[in-house]
Parts: sequence; C-alpha cells; structure tokens
Amino acid sequence: MRDQAELQAAIAATRFALGARPGELARIGADARGWLEAQIRPDGAPQPQGQFVSSEEKTRQFSAYNALAGQAAQARERTAPSEGMAGAADPQAQAADEARRQGRRALQQDTAREFLARAQLGATSDAGFAERWALFWANLFTASATKFQSAVFLGPYEREAIRPHVFGRFEDLALAAETHPAMLLYLDQAQSVGPNSPLGQRREGAGLNENLAREILELHTVGADGGYSQADVTEFARALTGWSVPRPRDDRPLPRRAAAALAGEPGPRGFVFRAVQHEPGTRAVMGRSYPAAGLDQGQAILRDLARHPATARRLSRRIAAHFVADEPPPALADRLERAWTGSGGDLSAVARALIAAPEAWAPQPLKVKTPYEFVISTHRALGSTPARLQTLAPTLAAMGQPLWAAPSPEGWPDTAADWAGPDALVKRLNYAKAVGDLSGERVDAAAVAEAALGPRLTERTLQFVRRAESRPESLTLFLMSPEFQRR
Amino acid sequence: MTLSLNRRLFLAGASSGVGLAFVGQASAQTGEGRNKLIVVIARGAMDGLSVVVPTNDPDYRRLRGALAVEGALPLSDGFGLHPALATLHGLHGEGRMRFAPAAAIPVRVRSHFDAQDVLENGGEGLRQQQDGWLNRALQAGGGAGRVKALSIGAQTPLILRGAAETSSWAPGGQVKGEDRIASLLQDLYVQDPLLGQNLARGLETEQQAMLMGGDTRIRRNDIAGLGQAVARLMTGSEGADVVALSVDGWDTHARQAPQLQIRLRALDELIAGLRQGLGEDWSRTALVIATEFGRTARANGTAGTDHGTGSALLLAGGAVRPGGMIGDWPGLADAALFEGRDLAPTLDVRSVFKGLLRDHLGVDRAALDGRVFPGSAEEAPVVEGLA
Repeated sequence: MRDQAELQAAIAATRFALGARPGELARIGADARGWLEAQIRPDGAPQPQGQFVSSEEKTRQFSAYNALAGQAAQARERTAPSEGMAGAADPQAQAADEARRQGRRALQQDTAREFLARAQLGATSDAGFAERWALFWANLFTASATKFQSAVFLGPYEREAIRPHVFGRFEDLALAAETHPAMLLYLDQAQSVGPNSPLGQRREGAGLNENLAREILELHTVGADGGYSQADVTEFARALTGWSVPRPRDDRPLPRRAAAALAGEPGPRGFVFRAVQHEPGTRAVMGRSYPAAGLDQGQAILRDLARHPATARRLSRRIAAHFVADEPPPALADRLERAWTGSGGDLSAVARALIAAPEAWAPQPLKVKTPYEFVISTHRALGSTPARLQTLAPTLAAMGQPLWAAPSPEGWPDTAADWAGPDALVKRLNYAKAVGDLSGERVDAAAVAEAALGPRLTERTLQFVRRAESRPESLTLFLMSPEFQRR
Repeated sequence: MTLSLNRRLFLAGASSGVGLAFVGQASAQTGEGRNKLIVVIARGAMDGLSVVVPTNDPDYRRLRGALAVEGALPLSDGFGLHPALATLHGLHGEGRMRFAPAAAIPVRVRSHFDAQDVLENGGEGLRQQQDGWLNRALQAGGGAGRVKALSIGAQTPLILRGAAETSSWAPGGQVKGEDRIASLLQDLYVQDPLLGQNLARGLETEQQAMLMGGDTRIRRNDIAGLGQAVARLMTGSEGADVVALSVDGWDTHARQAPQLQIRLRALDELIAGLRQGLGEDWSRTALVIATEFGRTARANGTAGTDHGTGSALLLAGGAVRPGGMIGDWPGLADAALFEGRDLAPTLDVRSVFKGLLRDHLGVDRAALDGRVFPGSAEEAPVVEGLA
C-alpha cells in the first residue's frame, strides 16, 4: 500500500504538476488526489509576485508609447524630404526616434520581467497542478509576443484574463480572453470596422478583419471540423466589430460628442466597445440568429460557441492529450467530456474528473516535457529558482520555446514529435550540461533524482547516475534521463 | 549520404577525434555530386499576389488599392516580382527561376493549421497522413537511397516526419559528439528509441556543422549567414541532400505592405546565402518555395488581406531550366475569383512537387502516385527540364 501511495504522489507531482521540489513528495503524502483537489480554487490559479500594472494602466502606457511613435514618424516626415544630404539626420527627429525606441524597450522589458516572475512562480509554487492547468488554458488562448502590440499586454493578460478564470466556467474564461487587448491586438480585431457602421461609411478603406472570428471558431471553441462555413466566419466577424482597445487619438481635440463616440464604451481590463464601428443588423452564425445588440451580440455568439458540444468534445480530448498521452485513451477524453457537459462547462468539475480518472494515473510516463516544463522542473528538482532572464531567455529559445512567443495562434505544440526532435535534444543536452557544470559539484545527483521522481525513478537511471565519473556528469545524466524528460 | 550510421560506432569514432563527417568531407572531393533539394515553407499564408504580381491584370489595382505592389521587377507573361526579391529576380534573368502564379493544395480550407498539414503530409484530403511527403519520398528511394535529410530549427516539421531517418539543426550548439556524456546517453536511451535516435542524429549534425563551419553561432537577423550555414551542411559527401526549412510570419491581416517588405527581403537574403554557401553544388540544387494558401484578392479593412486560396509558388536554383510561368493565370475578374473572393488556383502544388521528386531525385512515377502522394495519380508531374 505504501509503495502505491508513493507512486501516486510522484505521478501527482510530475504528470499533473511541474515536478517535485525537495521534500515535496513527502508533503504530498498518502493522499495524492486530495493534494491535487485542494489546488482547485474558485479564485483561480495563483498569481506571480511582483510590482505589475493592471491591464487598464498598461493600455495607458501603450497609448503613450503610440503617441511617441506618432511624434517620431511626424518628425521623420518633416525633415526627411527637405534634407538634401543623406545621413544628415535632424537632431529633433533623432531625439524623437530615440524616445520611441526607449519606450518600446521599456515595454518589452516589463513583459520579460513578468515572464520571469511567472517562471519563478512555477519553480516555487506549492500548487503545481493549478499552475499547469493555467498554462494549458493560456496556451489554448494564445496571444504571442511575436507581435509587439500583443507582447506589451501578455503579463496582464495572463494575470487578469486567464488565471482568475481557469477553475470557473469556460465561457467566462473565453469572454475574458477574447476581450483582452492582448488578444484583440494579436488577432487584429481592434481595427476591424463594420462596412455599414457609421465609421465604415465615412472612412475610405476601413472594413472587416476576420482573423479573430476565425481563430475563435477554429482554435478556441468548436474546432476546424466543428461544422461552420466561411459565411459563419464572416458573420461572426461582423458581430465582433467594435471590440477594441483605447487609442492615442481618443485624446485628440474634437467636438465632445464626436470624441465620445469614437472613444467608445470602456469595459473591464482595458477593453473598449466602439459602437461607431460596429456593423449594424442581425447576424446568423452556425444556424442561429442573433438580433442587433451592440456588444451583447458578439458576446451571445461567443457564449453559444463556448457551450457548443463540439467545444466540450474537442477541448476534453485536448486536456487528456496534454496531461496524459499524445494519443490519450478515449475513455479518459469521454470522462472529461461528460464532466464538462454535465457541469455546463465548469472547469473545476473537469479538473476534478481528470484527477479522478484512473487512466490519468497509469505509471508509464509518456509525455515529453515542453522546454518550459523541463527547465522549471529542473529548478524544482534542485530547489532553485530562475533568477536571470539573460539565462532563461536564450535557454528556452534554443530548445524551441522562446518567451511567450508561440509561432502562431495555435499556440505551442503538444506532442513528443514536436519537442524531441534531433536539434531540440541537442539543445536540451546543452542546458543539462550547463546545469551539471554549474550545480553538479554542490549536490548529490542520486538524492536529487530520488527526491524529484520517487518511485518513478528507474533502477537503470539510478545506476547511471551513481556510476558517473563526475558529479556534474551525474546530474546531467539524471536531467537527460527518459523519466525526467517525460512525465 | 553513403553511410548507414551505426550510432554507437559514430559516437565512438567521434570520441577518438576523427569525426566521420570529417572523413566524409575529405572524400567528397573525388565523389560525384548529388542533386540537392531545398523545400522552403512560407508559414502563415504568403500573399502570392504581392510576390508574383499580376502587373498586366486589369483588375489587380482595383482589388488591391493601396496594397497593389508598385515597382515590380519584370518577369515573363505579364507578371512582376516584388521589388524586395532582387536575388530571385537575378536568378530569373539567368533562367534559373520559374513561378506558378496560382497554385494551391488539393483541399479548400482556410485554416492555417489544416492547410499546412495538407501541404506537408501530401494527403488528398484532411487528416489522411501522419507523416510527411518528403519523408515518404526518401523511403521511396529518392536519391537512390543515399539521401540524407535535414530540417532547420529545433522542431522537425511535419513534411520530414516519418520512418526515414532525418536530422534537424539550428544555430547555437555547444555539446560535441565526442563528449562522453553523449555515448552514455545512448546507453541510457536503449528503451526510449525516440530520444535515443533523435539525440544521435542531432549530435551527428551538430558535429558536421562545427567541422564545416567552425562557429555555429549566427548573429540574430543574419539571414544570409543562416543560409550559408545551412548550405555548409549540404556540401561534402556527408552533406544533406534534402533540406526543409520554414520561414514564418506571412499572416498579414493588417498593415501588410511593410511586413511583406521585411519578410520578402529576408527570404531573398536566405536564398542569396544558400547560393553563396552551396558553391559548386548550387548547379545541382533545386529550391521550391510554397505556402499553405494565398490571401483574399481584395484588401480588407485594415490595410491587409484575409485567408484566401490560390497563391504563388516559386522554383529557383542552378538545376532549374528556363521556361515561362507554370500553370495558367485565371485572372482577377470578379467572376473568375474562387467563391467570389480569392485567386482561383489553376495548379495543384503536388504536381510541382512530383516533378521535382521525379526529375531531380529520381523517384519513380508509381511511387509518387501511390505512396508519396496517395491518390494523386491525376495530378501529373509538371516542371520539365530540371538538370
């Protein structure tokens, strides 16, 4: 019995969470399921610690930056054509451009600091399952730093739109994510204008952008085979017009009524609804009709998509594939789907179903860790915490997972074939060697391995670790062992 | 490549300081040159109408407005090339570049991810193949079984995934194949073949990169330098003959023009770097650039374009022979547009891929129709006259 409990504690810490810190397996003790369930809290997943600004404040910072960028562009235009000599840059234009660049760097550094705080939370948290659960949903609703405008908002996005909602109703999570500036800017929604809206009628060339509407359908809810057509995408895109963010020009001097109309209605977390660019009229999406209702129209469609059976089915399978196996047991996906449907999309019920499912406790570790999971679990095994971005950022980038910069709206991939390619493993070995060289002399790698994996550590790996010719080599071998690369 | 590599042997050999890659490099000077194929995937849906610009089409400017590309570099058949693509245009002048203005995958979808899957797995429909067509081409005897294939980047793209061994490489390696730890890990991975095989391949490639190029660190944004580094991995008898790489960032829903300018210049620099780095092997190289689908014929409301259908496909390289455009031009009249919004495709990308595999790598037609591109018998290989 005791052996079984120890194995369950090890599985809880590694498969469900981010790996065990020294002594953590003992703290989990005999009730691994209870330890996991206690992390399901109505207020969501724990928050990274640090002095960080709200989404609203971030929109002000971003507007200030945009104003600087506008001034720099104006200064360039003012001086460029009149200067006959190439290279004779105008000092005013130079100063304006330098101010713009500094503003940009400051915003990027703020986002990077938030990422570091998030990594530190991952390395030290006692609620590793809640953290993994939050990371899963953040990845489903990917906004990526590959686009600067979106990168600016990623810290507040995860803190305010994702983490508080990951144990609530899925539709509330979806609504918080899709209305956040990070998403509205990443998928070009902020500028989408209804052709028949007051703004669309007045402004030449302004019109629809269907990017967010399509990705909500395809990636965030029902999925590509969810039964929608191009016409549904376009209709949904029309309904979403007006979902936007504050802009610097909202402050420019205009007659008060016109200014108010353009500025729109502020909502939570930096969201703005601009009725002036919202497409009027009734919309039809996936066989349902939605009367004109301004902001509520798009929200109603989004809630229906979030409640759609195809969404429950697709995301249940995705959760199973993320936590258990690239090709998860169908019975597991079915259990999650039943919990999803039976609770009306209550993600805490889905999390409980995952914890209760026997398929989730199979002893064999099948999933290859993502680079982020590998690095964070390494810190946890050593009882350390990432201290410097200058180390963390290139490490993750080399293994294929640069900071918050998923390559596309699909988010980070999630299979062994994606993460354990030849070059990726060379880069993992680089990192494991660097950690071995840095920390190996200070630790007993066999003890580290046993504390991190418990009964999941194989006799074979333990032998290799013990027989290594040096302490750094011993630690590197453990970090690269199949059971530490997988979970 | 000529060795079927026993990993342990390789690692043992490497630890004695005589890398097999080095031996191979020396012997290459007497060996016959082998054909090289580079597949560049432009991920995110490259706007073909801005790359191969239909300058003579009466509807182009009407549809594109301010997004219409000005100053296109003249090609044949009434088309022009985006001005950022000077290297490619030079190749066209030498008769070493051809273009298909309206190509597409066989499935009509507007999802990036579904479409990229089809582009890479070579299926007739959605979700039919788990592995990539380029990998199956290797299995089907492309290059007489001697081909060594490589993808660039930490992650192996679907196009090269499958049963045939391939490697991957990206700049920035530090671990050397001769390190003791590498051979210990081969033992430790006996029961985990995925990790074992892939690490061995990765180390082998890294070893080769260091022997060929010395420092494998490349300055960020040095695209030509990356092209040269990739080219170095393709030269010598141990060099890769088939390379897949991805260039991201084509999903230009907003502010398209400045973004395309940057992406296309990078693409052009990459090709310039490859050409320079390949040296004499360039004459035996064919390079194809393809994307998952094109973008809407009309500009959208945010100075960009949305997901469309037909797009441009480009062929370049010393092995390419002169010729006009590949496939037909459907025109941009409203009635000619696919579903009233997209450039209508006139050419299945598979027919170009099949032509390359047949003429350049020697894969036979039956294998192409059955195994490499299942269900594609009706799509005859095009592109005659590769070297």
